[in-house]
Amino acid sequence: MYERVASNKRKTWGLIIGFSLFVMLAGWAFGYLTGLGYFGLVGAVIFAVIMVWGSYFGSARIALAANRANPADPAEYAQLHNIVEALCLGAGLPKPEVYVVDDLSPNAFATGRDPEHAAIAVTTGLLERMDRDELEAVLAHELSHVQNRDILVMTIAVTLVGVLVLLSDWLLRAMWFGGMRGGGGNRRGSGGGGIILLVVALVLLLVSPIVGKLMQAAISRRREYLADADAVLLTRHPAGMIRALEKLRDDSTIVRSAGRATAHLWIEEPIAREAHEGESETGKSGAWLNRLFSTHPPLDDRIAVLRSGSLGVYEGVPRPE
Amino acid sequence: MDAGLIVVIVLLGIVLIGLAWLVLTYNGLIGKRNRAEAAWSQVDVQLKRRYDLIPNLVETVKGYAAHERETLDAVVRARQQAIDTSGVQDQAQAENMLTQALRQVFALAEAYPDLKANQNFLQLQEELTATESRIAFSRQFYNEQVLTYDNALEMFPSSVVGGMFNFEARAYFEMDEGEREPVQVSFT
Repeated sequence: MYERVASNKRKTWGLIIGFSLFVMLAGWAFGYLTGLGYFGLVGAVIFAVIMVWGSYFGSARIALAANRANPADPAEYAQLHNIVEALCLGAGLPKPEVYVVDDLSPNAFATGRDPEHAAIAVTTGLLERMDRDELEAVLAHELSHVQNRDILVMTIAVTLVGVLVLLSDWLLRAMWFGGMRGGGGNRRGSGGGGIILLVVALVLLLVSPIVGKLMQAAISRRREYLADADAVLLTRHPAGMIRALEKLRDDSTIVRSAGRATAHLWIEEPIAREAHEGESETGKSGAWLNRLFSTHPPLDDRIAVLRSGSLGVYEGVPRPE
Repeated sequence: MDAGLIVVIVLLGIVLIGLAWLVLTYNGLIGKRNRAEAAWSQVDVQLKRRYDLIPNLVETVKGYAAHERETLDAVVRARQQAIDTSGVQDQAQAENMLTQALRQVFALAEAYPDLKANQNFLQLQEELTATESRIAFSRQFYNEQVLTYDNALEMFPSSVVGGMFNFEARAYFEMDEGEREPVQVSFT
């Protein structure tokens, strides 16, 4: 387990460094294009520092707000609070903050930078459909993410990758703009500008798969199997976990308030079915995005792994790749 | 520098390394023992929580099923006995008895629809279910800590240090293993 904590911390550093490098590159390119020179780079460094700082300390808030999670009232959601407290006793964790998302689809997620600053959110649909054992299993799964520091990587990834995608989009627009100006002949040395634009375009093309890879490294689907196994180790009740996953599988509603950026936080992929349905309308690009951002292994595979026996749960965790 | 001095330095070095190991191992054992103790106090807190809920439950049930005196008295007695007991193993036994007695009360509630619909009773039921699962989880955590500590005491070479300073092994807190299932069935 400590190995996994260490590996998650390494991944977080990787994300932060990759992000900073990209932002600096973008800042430099922007400065070169607009003739602002090193101001672009300086601005990018300041921007990167602020974003990294903000995502480390603020990303839990952002993730909760983005999914419209509200603090769970201890009186109204007594059972939810009780289960979380009991599980924390078993795992030796401090009790995280508990949130509820008003949504019909059954789902849950965990966020925060460490176990002392963690939060768990569940949808009202989950509370409605799951019995005590199943709810316990789902919450144990989320607590495993907290214990393994998966939440740190996942939450930082949400913020930084989100910013990256926005930035590259923005840079692309700036390029278009710059390109048109260059074409109009208003700028001195428009030929040189054209080459630079080409280079930037190439860099962007090169960088976008890296962004995807970063995302995949950070949210490795393997951790979902591990969290399932850890959850069962904690609850000692594989049947509850299996039933919970079956209920999630058989449910067809989607989380309304979940966007693509926060998808991998949830226990079950909240947007996959939406993307499937949208495939015919959006065509190829939708399917491609879907594959690149497929954050969770199929629920059937997760159930099969659990079914393979209570000891096999831990030892026989397959590598999905 | 003559050979004698070198021998002395080497010997001193060995003694220092040995001492450092001793200190580290000793501190490790203390840490493990403290963690087991802290885990035990958590179990204790949860057991007390259950004791505190029982008088309320008895009062509520009395209002609807006064003539079920025997079952209720059994719970009161089991509670008192659990409170008076000390020592991990005896405690486990007393708590098992209390769990059994409580199960009887909830089984009895099945025959009283008014009681089953009582808001206070339902709330107590959730509280007791929650407390039972807290006991189960804190027990699990305690036993994990005891395993780590006892392992360190028995395994060489830390067992040497354990023997030197009279560290005592801790007992596991064993409760009825099948306990969780039936309780949940009767509670729903």
